[in-house]
Amino acid sequence: MFNQPGRAICLLVVVALAILFPPLMQWGGNEYFIGIASRMLIYGIAATSLNFILGYGGMVSFGHAAFLGVGAYTAAILVESGWSSALIVWPLAMLLAAAIALLIALVSLRTTGVYFIMITLAFAQMLYYIAVSMNAYGGEEGLNIPRVTIPGLDLESDTQLYYVAFVLVCSVIYLLHRVINSRFGRVLTAISENEARMQALGYKTMHFKLVAFVLAGAVAGIAGALLATQNSFVNPSIMHWTSSGLLLFMVILGGVGNKYGGLIGAIVFLGLEDFAVNIRIDWLADLYPNYSQHSLLLVGLVLLTVVMFAPHGIAGLFSKGGRRVSH
Amino acid sequence: MALPAYFRRGADVSVTDVLLKTISVHKRFGGIAATRNVSLEILAGEVHALIGPNGAGKTTLIAQLSGLLTPDSGQITFDSHDITDLPIYDRVKLGLARSYQITSIFKSFSVLDNIALAVQARTNTSYSVWKPIASDSALFDEAFALTEEIGLGARSDSIAGQLSHGEQRQLEVGLALATKPKLLLLDEPMAGMGPEESERLVGLLDKVRQQVTVLLVEHDMDAVFRLANRVSVLVNGELIVTDLPDVVRNSDEVKRAYLGDEVAS
Repeated sequence: MFNQPGRAICLLVVVALAILFPPLMQWGGNEYFIGIASRMLIYGIAATSLNFILGYGGMVSFGHAAFLGVGAYTAAILVESGWSSALIVWPLAMLLAAAIALLIALVSLRTTGVYFIMITLAFAQMLYYIAVSMNAYGGEEGLNIPRVTIPGLDLESDTQLYYVAFVLVCSVIYLLHRVINSRFGRVLTAISENEARMQALGYKTMHFKLVAFVLAGAVAGIAGALLATQNSFVNPSIMHWTSSGLLLFMVILGGVGNKYGGLIGAIVFLGLEDFAVNIRIDWLADLYPNYSQHSLLLVGLVLLTVVMFAPHGIAGLFSKGGRRVSH
Repeated sequence: MALPAYFRRGADVSVTDVLLKTISVHKRFGGIAATRNVSLEILAGEVHALIGPNGAGKTTLIAQLSGLLTPDSGQITFDSHDITDLPIYDRVKLGLARSYQITSIFKSFSVLDNIALAVQARTNTSYSVWKPIASDSALFDEAFALTEEIGLGARSDSIAGQLSHGEQRQLEVGLALATKPKLLLLDEPMAGMGPEESERLVGLLDKVRQQVTVLLVEHDMDAVFRLANRVSVLVNGELIVTDLPDVVRNSDEVKRAYLGDEVAS
């Protein structure tokens, strides 16, 4: 849809708007939206990491929220034990999520198709029930935690947290951009297209998928840690299977195999959800008084529409073709 | 082992070692013995054709040679390595590549990208995650040279899925060739090709035989007898004869088992 300079201008406008967003909201007295926007960016990080293995690696993981949860709980437990610096907490959250991802991948990647979907789901549910049973950390209720700190920043400020999330989501999308255009990325997309032939060319395909899966787990882990900080709270529902479904939902909505797909999906999904819950639509309320309690109904309709009419997701409407890299 | 004079046909073949050897290889699928006691020797430098009626077990044998299947018993050695239990990607590293009877290419990639994947597989650079592949001129220069060699130079920017059937078959063989193998296992490379396309592929194989040993499974007898130094005949999973093309052509046993009509006419 856009040529190269057109695309760059588009990107600059979007980035400028994102930077100006908090002051604009404060000026208009809508600080509430800064928190919503931070949440969108954080889920954007998680969905982008899922899109990496799903859209480029062909691995339909139905347990990606597990890594979100591991990251969030690692952060929460560390903060609870007195470690407050994000520079320690976040890398550790990432590392632990990567380690769990490695263990899950070693088993799951022996399967493909529906079995892979089910086994990733099963692992995530196992972690969910482990979290439920951790009574020292609130069990099913979860636990409240103070926000982490970064020297020179005040993360108690929603605006500053927003900027941290913004920088991180940009870094993650840039990282994805580099990886998918590298030799590794080329191999990964080729494996997702024809794994048997890649083996016949001499690639040990399992290793490439493993590396991608672990990388995605680590990135989802940092999203989880950010989410714990933003909410000042964590509970097991963060890794419930519906949370994994949510991430898949975002990726499909935004655009599978598009580097902006995860972020766009997160923004649109959470935006719709917030809209459906908080904004009253009179004619719909007349028709169906309790509709706001069923906000996901609206979101479901949107997903249905996107799948039917925009098979490459929302991002696909703005770019032709899929994930193919060019040279 | 000295190479008999009759063996030197066309190509400048000087190496005379056994490159691939199977010893009493067996493979069963339930009640069906797909490979029975097959002992086969492929000499370095030859084009060795493997023929036999449909269902004789040619593809099953190729699958065991390439590493897709493991024999129930018996041994396979390649270039003095025991490769009987080696996975397919490790065999490729030793120099054993295959093409498929059913075209197996990367249909959404360009022709050049397809070949580049095979070239890249030979290097140890595939875990590089940062450097853009687009700036990788050495990789694409080599890939382009290979694309021209297999006769697809003019189509290098085309998406592989949009090539004609014949061109896809050329790419199929090209992918295996681009791994720079010592031994190329070709499973019916001419399958579904028109006469002109077959002719082009025969020409290509006649060229690559200078550098690489070939095991050719093929139904196109014209191609087999033009290219092969030696011919093995597989019937019901059993190797009934390995000999020079003319000997095989005139063998009563082979005629009975297989060639029958074609030779009679």
